Amino acid sequence: MSDLVWIFVSALLINNFVLSYFLGLCPFLGVSSRLDTAFRLGLANIFVMLITAFCAWFLNTYILIHAPYLRLISFIVVIASTVQFIEMVIKKLSPALFRALGIFLPLITTNCAILGLAIFATNRGYGLLEGMVFALGAGAGFTLALVLMAGLREEVEMATEVPALIRGTAMNLIIAGILSMAFMGFAGLFSST
Amino acid sequence: MPRTKENAYEEFVKGLWRDNPVFVQVLGMCPMLAVTNSAINAIAMGLATFFVLVGSSLLVSSLRRWIPKQIRISCYIIIIATFVTVTDFTLQALVPKVHKELGAFIPLIVANCMILGRQEAFAAKHSVRLAVIDALGMASGFMFALFTLGAVREILGEGALFGVSLFGADFEPWIIMILPPGGFLTLGLLLLFFSWVKERKQQMIARLAEAEGEAQ
Repeated sequence: MSDLVWIFVSALLINNFVLSYFLGLCPFLGVSSRLDTAFRLGLANIFVMLITAFCAWFLNTYILIHAPYLRLISFIVVIASTVQFIEMVIKKLSPALFRALGIFLPLITTNCAILGLAIFATNRGYGLLEGMVFALGAGAGFTLALVLMAGLREEVEMATEVPALIRGTAMNLIIAGILSMAFMGFAGLFSST
Repeated sequence: MPRTKENAYEEFVKGLWRDNPVFVQVLGMCPMLAVTNSAINAIAMGLATFFVLVGSSLLVSSLRRWIPKQIRISCYIIIIATFVTVTDFTLQALVPKVHKELGAFIPLIVANCMILGRQEAFAAKHSVRLAVIDALGMASGFMFALFTLGAVREILGEGALFGVSLFGADFEPWIIMILPPGGFLTLGLLLLFFSWVKERKQQMIARLAEAEGEAQ
């Protein structure tokens, strides 16, 4: 049990996917200008991550034992088709949710955090339950980073003192650096155990 | 349609500076920040990306007549994933130490949006020769950016370059630079520097134009 808690907290805070593994930077820098869209994208990501973790576990246990060199290709194909499939299902079952997620759902395919999740889970030899908890933690961590970033960016947008030269990607990266520094503090959480 | 030599040269050079994938287009950031904590890792990552980009551009542009338009993205992804798998196993066999340090970031080259972007934007529409030249330019630009970032971070973070100490024992290394925040900060400051240089240049051109206008 404590193992699962550790996996969750580690993926959520200590080894945050965005701020310490640099995964999923494209949506992190691209879609973090508004707080509400950032939050929704984060939720969609958690959803896809959970499904990916399950698929990765299934592939690893039943299929890739026989052909390990196909791992990368099969992961990519599975993620792309899963996202497409989820898109269709959501569109059919709940048009309201589909509209809320909008363009972000298909964009998740190209998010390296998803592929990274599948690869990390495989490299560390996680089982089904561990993999799911890892996916939940990583997704929640991604959402947390995205929401924090969006909040900060909305504030900075208002500030008139910021010179025009630094606005844009340069400033976002520096803000991300400071956020990442703050997250390093969480590394002390488990040092005593 | 015959292309002149200048044109090919132009396609190569644009990737190095004017359209540099990292500093100007801000693409392919994920692998870029994660592995640039030392110059040698940065170069290894750059070489791996170089091989994948040139190989997939070559294949995509030679197959461009036969790839159906509707499923082209999936085809590109599969081609890229094949080259990445080849790279992954090759590195594991030849230089296991580097492979271990880069870890999961070699397979993650697949998700480098810069590579997919070049296939979609260039290789799918141009001849094999031009596509390869473009890929060579872009990949060199990417490698240059990786190396700059890796060198800056290693020099400040460890006081060394390629593991050779530069400043002697008195230098207090800025540990933060080789940790994750250093990656964000260094790239942010480099981008800031480039946009400063660009603005200076524009101001200079504007001032020159003004002076010329007055002289006439």
